[in-house]
Amino acid sequence: MNSAQIEIQLIASLVAIACAIPGTFLVLRKMAMISDAISHSILPGIVIGFFITHDLNSPILILFATLTGVITVVLVERIQKTGLVKEDTAIGLVFPALFSIGVILIAKNANDVHLDVDAVLLGELAFAPFDRLILNGSDMGPKSLWIIGTVLLITIGLLVAFFKELKVSTFDIGLASALGFSPAVLHYGLMSVSSITTVVAFDAVGAILVVALMIAPAATAYLLTNDLKKMLTLAILIGVFSAISGYWLAHWIDASIAGSITTMLGLVFLLVYLFAPMKGLISVIFKERQQRIEVSLLTFLLHLRNHSEIEERHVNHLNEHINWQKVRSKTVLDLALKNNMITIDKEVVSLTEKGDEFTSRAINYIITNEDSQIEGMKDDFFLFRG
Amino acid sequence: MDLGDYFSMVFSDYTLRTITLGTAILGAVCGMLGSFAVLRKQSLLGDAISHAALPGIAIAFLITGAKDSNVLLIGALVSGMIGTFWIRGIVSKTHLKSDTALGLILSLFFGFGMLLLTYIQKQPNANQAGLDKYLFGQAATLLESDVWMMAIATSACLVVLLLFWKEFKILLFDADYTKTLGFNTRFIDILITSFIVLAIVLGLQTVGVVLMSAMLLAPAAAARQWTNSLGVMVFLAAIFGAFAGVFGTAISASQNNLSTGPVIVLVAGVFVVFSFIFSPNRGLLFKQIRISKNRRDLKLYKTLAFMHNIAEDHEDISHPHTIKILNNFQGFTKKSLQKLVELDFVILQGNMWSLTEKGFKKAENLYNQQSHTHE
Repeated sequence: MNSAQIEIQLIASLVAIACAIPGTFLVLRKMAMISDAISHSILPGIVIGFFITHDLNSPILILFATLTGVITVVLVERIQKTGLVKEDTAIGLVFPALFSIGVILIAKNANDVHLDVDAVLLGELAFAPFDRLILNGSDMGPKSLWIIGTVLLITIGLLVAFFKELKVSTFDIGLASALGFSPAVLHYGLMSVSSITTVVAFDAVGAILVVALMIAPAATAYLLTNDLKKMLTLAILIGVFSAISGYWLAHWIDASIAGSITTMLGLVFLLVYLFAPMKGLISVIFKERQQRIEVSLLTFLLHLRNHSEIEERHVNHLNEHINWQKVRSKTVLDLALKNNMITIDKEVVSLTEKGDEFTSRAINYIITNEDSQIEGMKDDFFLFRG
Repeated sequence: MDLGDYFSMVFSDYTLRTITLGTAILGAVCGMLGSFAVLRKQSLLGDAISHAALPGIAIAFLITGAKDSNVLLIGALVSGMIGTFWIRGIVSKTHLKSDTALGLILSLFFGFGMLLLTYIQKQPNANQAGLDKYLFGQAATLLESDVWMMAIATSACLVVLLLFWKEFKILLFDADYTKTLGFNTRFIDILITSFIVLAIVLGLQTVGVVLMSAMLLAPAAAARQWTNSLGVMVFLAAIFGAFAGVFGTAISASQNNLSTGPVIVLVAGVFVVFSFIFSPNRGLLFKQIRISKNRRDLKLYKTLAFMHNIAEDHEDISHPHTIKILNNFQGFTKKSLQKLVELDFVILQGNMWSLTEKGFKKAENLYNQQSHTHE
């Protein structure tokens, strides 16, 4: 590993952290698509800033672009407030229009601007170490490292200072405003931080892939935990892991670093999406199946309780009466037997005392509409789950 | 070349005719299907799908090694569909919300697509140049065969739309009711989503991945302002889309260095802004006019009620009073008095006013309309 490689990985990791923090709140506030909108619509701001400063790393350019990002948010809200279209349509209308203006500005001035639309969309991390910050003749490292580092420090500072306020206003806007935190200030603060992060990160990873670094780690972490602090930590870890492994993937197959980082993020998300212990696809499907069988069991027990006649409780009769497939009835019957809820005597099924109590408790919860209690009750009664 | 030249050349020049026809058809089909996307609150789905199509294009190229646009479009279609259904999977099976799912699929697929594109670019194969035109679209590369392809897809979409019109409509406005009527909602849903994906994929070559969603939304959002009827809206959206396509092509052809996609999007954006402001029922301008008219009416009736209060104290309701006593009353202006005279509620004689019979009745009923209508 030479020093350029280390610097690239360092920049990528810092970008990942800087994106993961606002990204977590965007995902929780159901505003993930705003980050997509901002990442596109900062383009005219960047172009205009570039015309003025002729330097992609100048603070004025960053300011301009951040302003465009905030303007996007305001515009979306304004349009939404007219009631003419829904929020998602408003987002979908605003950012392509602003992005088009940016593209046209670049195209019309292509001769005297060293700004390529591809570069804006993709960024080029590999070139980042070549643009160095020289102070008093000594080399202080790559410029973008300093810029991203500064933004990251500001973000972390704001996060620590306003963590409580952010947390409350994210989960309960009503409570937040009742407690005296202004949700509007927090909202625009978050939007500004997202915009500025997007602007400084676009140089490294490109406008669209910033979205991946914002949303994917947060969404992945959200599948693993419900605790805000843990979610933030996990999102940061996932972001950094993808950034570094993505760099080596790019190195290995000789492709775009930003593309590889996103691909790694995608792989991590796919794995978590499939295998997350509580909320992953496989465990959800398993749980749904379990629930279906347990509901069937309850239906079956109710049927038994309602019929004292022998012929209604005959094993063969049940099959056709409740109208289940053979396999299903067998599963349900087995489950009930294993849990000591029924006894089978000469092919005639009858409820045990435990089964009877279970059924009346369950029916009671259903009638009083306290469905959530049923899960807890199942833990008390079931030796084996469905 | 200026705009006039363009319109005179459109019928003679092969390239211009092809491009114009292509963008017009594209605009029309996007407008039609976009109406459904907007009404189903799936506006951003288009954005996600168009980004998700990118890896499909790259993979199709990697497999076939040819740059035949039909093959690439099939790749785009497949990966767009995978993206769409994954979004559904995420929303229905996990607690992640739809915006997160959209953003995830959009960025992850696009990033993977970029990885593949840069990988292809490094391959020793001279054929790969121009794949990145799918990023921003290049209407200039449209061939007659592409336009035919679009025309066929559009007519297929039109036929399906007409065949399933009733089903689409009812699913749009009341999904649960549709289910109880025994329609296969899942099938209808998949059908319409597939057509939206198809329209997006068709547009990639012309408008590009990044701006495709606006192509879908803008005509529909504009059309929505003019009507409350689905049929009219779909029709209007198709027309808006087609015009945006033609004008956009015309403007970009008449200038140097203007790519067609962004111009079309901006033209469509102008349509949207115009509709937002000037549509008669929902437009902001007329809404403002209506609000101020209501406010004026309110002031007028307030004055009338005040006059009624004064007149009530006298046996003769048309007993004249001086205008001066009204001066302290809020909402009274010369103009409103004039208006009251015009409406025949008040008679003016020099400095004096008096209520007419009609005006008195009106004032009496102002605040108890409810009870009078019941009598």
